[in-house]
Amino acid sequence: MTLNTTQHDNLLNSLLPELGQLIPAQFIITEVEQLHAYECDAFTTMRQLPLLTVLPETIEQVQHVMRCCNHLNIPVVARGAGTGLTAGSMPVENGVLLGMSKFDQIHDIDLNNRTALIDPGVRNQSVSDAVAPHNLYFAPDPSSQLACSVGGNVAENAGGVHCLKYGLTVHNILELEIVTIEGELITLGSAALDAAGYDLTAIMTGSEGLLGIIVKIRVKLLPIPASTRVMLAAFATIEDAGHAIAAVIGAGIIPAGLEMIDQTGIRAIEELMHAGYPVDAAAVIICELDGSAAEVEDELSNVINIFTGLNATDIQIASNAEESKRIWAARKAAFPALARLAPDNYIMDGTIPRRALAQVWKQINQLADQYQLQVVNVFHAGDGNMHPSILFDSSDEDQHRRAFELGTRILELCIEVGGTISGEHGIGLEKINQMCLQFSTTELQQFHALKQAFDAKQLLNPGKQIPTLARCAEFNAMHVHHGDMPFPHLERF
Amino acid sequence: MQAVAEHEFPGSLTQNQAREQAQSLADQVQQAFVNQQPLVISSGGSKGFYGHPLEGEKLSLSGYQGIVSYEPSELVITARAGTPLHIIETVLAEQGQMLGFEPPHYAASATLGGTIACGLSGPRRPYSGAARDFVLGVTMINGKGEILRFGGQVMKNVAGYDVSRLMSGAQGTLGVLLEISLKVIPMPAHEETRVLSCSQQQMQTLLCDLGRQPLPVSATLFHNDRLYIRLSGTAAGVHSAAQVIGGDLLSADQFWLQAKEQQHPFFNSDQTFWRLSLPPAATAVPDDIAKQQLIEWGGAQRWLYSEADRCQVIQWAEANGGHATAVDRSKHGCTLFHPLSSALLPLSKRIKQSFDPAGILNAGRLYPDL
Repeated sequence: MTLNTTQHDNLLNSLLPELGQLIPAQFIITEVEQLHAYECDAFTTMRQLPLLTVLPETIEQVQHVMRCCNHLNIPVVARGAGTGLTAGSMPVENGVLLGMSKFDQIHDIDLNNRTALIDPGVRNQSVSDAVAPHNLYFAPDPSSQLACSVGGNVAENAGGVHCLKYGLTVHNILELEIVTIEGELITLGSAALDAAGYDLTAIMTGSEGLLGIIVKIRVKLLPIPASTRVMLAAFATIEDAGHAIAAVIGAGIIPAGLEMIDQTGIRAIEELMHAGYPVDAAAVIICELDGSAAEVEDELSNVINIFTGLNATDIQIASNAEESKRIWAARKAAFPALARLAPDNYIMDGTIPRRALAQVWKQINQLADQYQLQVVNVFHAGDGNMHPSILFDSSDEDQHRRAFELGTRILELCIEVGGTISGEHGIGLEKINQMCLQFSTTELQQFHALKQAFDAKQLLNPGKQIPTLARCAEFNAMHVHHGDMPFPHLERF
Repeated sequence: MQAVAEHEFPGSLTQNQAREQAQSLADQVQQAFVNQQPLVISSGGSKGFYGHPLEGEKLSLSGYQGIVSYEPSELVITARAGTPLHIIETVLAEQGQMLGFEPPHYAASATLGGTIACGLSGPRRPYSGAARDFVLGVTMINGKGEILRFGGQVMKNVAGYDVSRLMSGAQGTLGVLLEISLKVIPMPAHEETRVLSCSQQQMQTLLCDLGRQPLPVSATLFHNDRLYIRLSGTAAGVHSAAQVIGGDLLSADQFWLQAKEQQHPFFNSDQTFWRLSLPPAATAVPDDIAKQQLIEWGGAQRWLYSEADRCQVIQWAEANGGHATAVDRSKHGCTLFHPLSSALLPLSKRIKQSFDPAGILNAGRLYPDL
């Protein structure tokens, strides 16, 4: 028996009886075959079996799990629907995987205050479905909204295609109930628009399960716009499309959605969805305008003028809800469409200032040539969030290595132009090394100190999101060895 | 970036001057950290009343001025903390843009740093968002004198904890803000205010009803049985909404400015007044608590004069899902914030400690131990 299996068995032997005091046996999974279902999230290249999976159904049970783990110094990783793209909810070795799927109730829909109090395991789309009869909806709409849970949305500060106008998850929640690693239940924020003391809802949102377990969420609901118009504009060059995006924003128009897709993306989507995307265009822009009917018609004619003046080669305007839906459904199917092009698909999430768009796009294509890989660009153009997708075959070790190196180069490029390595997918384990490029040692130390304030024993999702200084020292040394010093010209205080 | 030259104004620093000043501020904090010397962060002094009075060595940010970058098509402005708020707003207005949270100034000397540190938002808050919603990134000095940068200049950024948003409303107790990047929004093409006569009950019913419709409401105020509703958007959008709402057109342009700056006659008193932050549809504050009221934010922000016991006001606010702040704007007045729960206080203290281990930054400004 190896040391690790002994440790594994010992931990299990101490943990199971303690858990059992409050958690029914059928809520605890220890069989390896069943544990495989929890070994990864949607970033499937990284996998790890947990010590066990526990699926509590009450807040008291969550508190009990935390107390047991805290007492026995066992790490805990929380998991929503497992749709994350960065291995954020991948278990840690000899750690507990806390599945929140049984927390699936919408407790209260408050029409007068336009809020809903919901469980973290409720699916994103179900919130909007539940309140649609009242002409309300929940704004964050990540592409995975049919499957992803709102708890996961909060943990990752999820975005979607309507962020520019309606904000990220952090802008659309009011109150959180969390369970700390000590098992204490704390309310952050309030049912009002602000709360006394520090803005802890902000710090909790996007903290990737490192600070506490989210057990209840009060979300904001918005009235469904009276009128929505969607258009698809084709451009012969990336530069033209980039200028068109800047011109719309410059004209004082904030579209509800403003997306851009390159030629490879257009063709892949068209092949899967047959949505009428123009396959000869170098880029298409999807622009959605919403508001009162009068407002939308005003803006629509402005946007058409802008696009036409900036050399749009074709403009399609959806004439009814059905056609709008077809344009969006195709965009949201971008990733399944790309999955048909290659066995594996590494999706990046860097965000850049819009002005750098054409330049970065060109440089990504140059890098792709250099690494002999194909990159497809799908882009939330309105808010600068790029999703270059690197196509590769992971069964080819060399391709696999090249794909991940190329990914790092793309993220470096994003930092270089004043952007960030992640706009909405999070860091998890997938981008943890690149955190060393974006943050200085003192900044990372500050993150660790903040984590310490919530989780002194470092038991919550350890090893994710914020790299240790040792890890960065190792990564930076290797990284410098491979290429040039990471942008020595950049000023860093 | 060309933007620097375009937005120079008397007092704005060159990059080199700014670097030197930032370093000297950081050195001052570092020295205070070593000596355990409490620091009082100051700038325009426009919001001195907003918190507990402090004693200590002054750390002045008022000279740390300048717009670092601003490109209208990016919808982002980055400026140094000591930059006067009115300069920021003027520069934005020249490009047809504005700060979406419509921050109160309270005095001409108000600066960007103080505005974000206090986290105060004006009439537009429920419809466009609060100060914290527009913060994209900060450069700051922590309590050890380290210069740190969090967030960035892009709309979406989930790399690391969202420290920059945490700074909004922390009143300098977690760090000294040096530079702030904010999302900005286009100014509406058209605005008009409708005024209706109604009771408080009618107001609540009407606003709940309007809130569920996609109307371009950008502010509401209720006082003395009159409800004022501001609409902002395209001319066509505003006109069609005005027809839904009805009422009369109000022609006083200064109305919302006065509301935002607390120059409305309601605030013309030396008495302490209360700010109750509540769910918008929360029940009416009972007469034994509220002697006079002015209600904003669709019901979510209620200003009141009260003769009731402090505890009674606090308990009522809490029982109704909100919190209460007592504001005294007289000459040496101060502000008392709603007590933190027994679960939040120790956590907040540990957070304070993680940024400011010696407890020297604006210590006690929000709460005695923070």
